[in-house]
Amino acid sequence: MTNRLAVSRIQLSEFRCYESLRLSLNSTSVVLTGPNGAGKTNLLEAVSLLSPGGGLRRAKLGEIARNFPANPDGETRAWAVSADLETPDGAFQVGSGLDPAALAQGRERRAVRIDGETKRGQASLGRVCAAVWLTPQMDRLFLDGPSARRRFLDRLVYGLDPEHSSRVAAYEHSLRSRAKLLKEGKGDDKWLASIEDSMVRHGIAVAVARADLLARLSRAGTMAVGPFPAARMALAGDLENWLENLPAVEVEDKMRAALRDGRSRDGAYGGAIVGPQRSDLLVWHDAKGQSADQCSTGEQKALLLAIIMANTRLQTKARGAGPLLLLDEVVAHLDAERRKHLFDEIVALGVQAWMTGTDRALFEGLDGRAQFFRVEDATLTLETTP
Amino acid sequence: MTGREIENLIKLLSRLPGLGPRSARRAVLQMLKKPEMLMLPLADSLRATADAMTTCSNCGNIDVTDPCHICADYNRGPDIICVVEEVQDLWALERGASFKGQYHVLGGTLSPLDGVGPDDLKIDQLINRARADEVTEVILATNATVDGQTTAHYITERLIETGVKVTRLAHGVPVGGELDYLDDGTLAAALRSRSVV
Ligand SMILES: [Zn+2]
Repeated sequence: MTNRLAVSRIQLSEFRCYESLRLSLNSTSVVLTGPNGAGKTNLLEAVSLLSPGGGLRRAKLGEIARNFPANPDGETRAWAVSADLETPDGAFQVGSGLDPAALAQGRERRAVRIDGETKRGQASLGRVCAAVWLTPQMDRLFLDGPSARRRFLDRLVYGLDPEHSSRVAAYEHSLRSRAKLLKEGKGDDKWLASIEDSMVRHGIAVAVARADLLARLSRAGTMAVGPFPAARMALAGDLENWLENLPAVEVEDKMRAALRDGRSRDGAYGGAIVGPQRSDLLVWHDAKGQSADQCSTGEQKALLLAIIMANTRLQTKARGAGPLLLLDEVVAHLDAERRKHLFDEIVALGVQAWMTGTDRALFEGLDGRAQFFRVEDATLTLETTP
Repeated sequence: MTGREIENLIKLLSRLPGLGPRSARRAVLQMLKKPEMLMLPLADSLRATADAMTTCSNCGNIDVTDPCHICADYNRGPDIICVVEEVQDLWALERGASFKGQYHVLGGTLSPLDGVGPDDLKIDQLINRARADEVTEVILATNATVDGQTTAHYITERLIETGVKVTRLAHGVPVGGELDYLDDGTLAAALRSRSVV
């Protein structure tokens, strides 16, 4: 038993550029340096797939296979990630990959195994592993549409509340089901009402869990740490407004009625008139009183990192261990003071961070406190380890 | 490596659930070593079952008689109907041997994304059966998946007109868990502590 979450062994097969890779690790952080295209981010993606969801690239299952895109008569290979995890609840062996049995029947399905047992649904992964990431693709998080911000927030919630991932999946499933029925003009009233009942139950649970995280983060009151800017966060949406002002039972009735009344509109325009898919995460730079999208690119990245670290502190307290932190090309964007602070805090919290960069020198502050690997042409060479 | 007939047999067997190409190969090898003891009896049994199999016109169970041996069993009470998605769920409940009433197999769940609607399932038949005087309770034992729960909600609404008592399996059935994956004890407990919807 440990008071941390760490990968102690990871094995990849047919995964992106890795035909096969085997790494034995200790619980300190992992630094991967090497030229672009060497396979650093692919390894982070493999780690991200040990937690619920589609990983840090949100790739389709078949795209992850090493020979993708397959030539017309080539078969997609069943890729797999397997890992030993140390967690506060004990050691677990976790496997995740493209299900070979389904693949043999021409279907792509994610297979999840924990301690050798096949699991149904990815929520089971959330009970043993949480991962949060920051990647270059998230540079535009505050500028693009709200769906990426909701995903970012939901991922933070998974770490505190593993059941959140199955609620989000259940809600989205019902949302899509209703949209299809409305579009085809098929559903009778009772059928639609049954689906809307599922949307109401799961949708409100999703909104409540999100709001709960924001409340706990702001109560923790430690958003600003050292040289990182403090972020102020809020959720905006009808559902959030209702939940703030009405008892939960009334919110259920209100949402049920809104969905019933909104059927013809939703049939014409798609989506649903109300629900957690219409909420947005608003973030401000607290000291400047500025909305995050108005801040410089560098400050936006610092805000995201500040939120991730605040969440890590909260989760460490609440669940005995923080998430795995996957920081892809993040360190290069921080000045020396912020780098030092980030490294010190990662070590102090005892989280296993997986960090990538092209410049080994930027990680000097972690010498003796992290495992350093050189990555070249999908080959890892251990440089130093504590 | 081997002749076409043998390869074909391996290929067919490997399409069965729980049997990959490797275990199919092992099974075929075992049969080839003992044709009299295993292979021919299996072939006869397959043929006999395929000829006799039929779907029960009352409950939807698969058996070799219609009505099936469960519907024809006078020792089973007529007052409670347990609704399941698939025959495999019925078999899972029977394995536990704790339920002594009737069954109704829906043939799936409502699933707009897979194009399955109420008319594709045996829901009208269920409503008709529930109207019979001797029926006092319908237990909804659909799976704890999103579609399974939505289907249960829909059937509950449809059953209101019959006035029959509608119950659901108790908690303890994990979300996304399918009945077939539960151990007998868990299933029996879920049945005993079912609750009125
Ligand atoms: Zn029958």
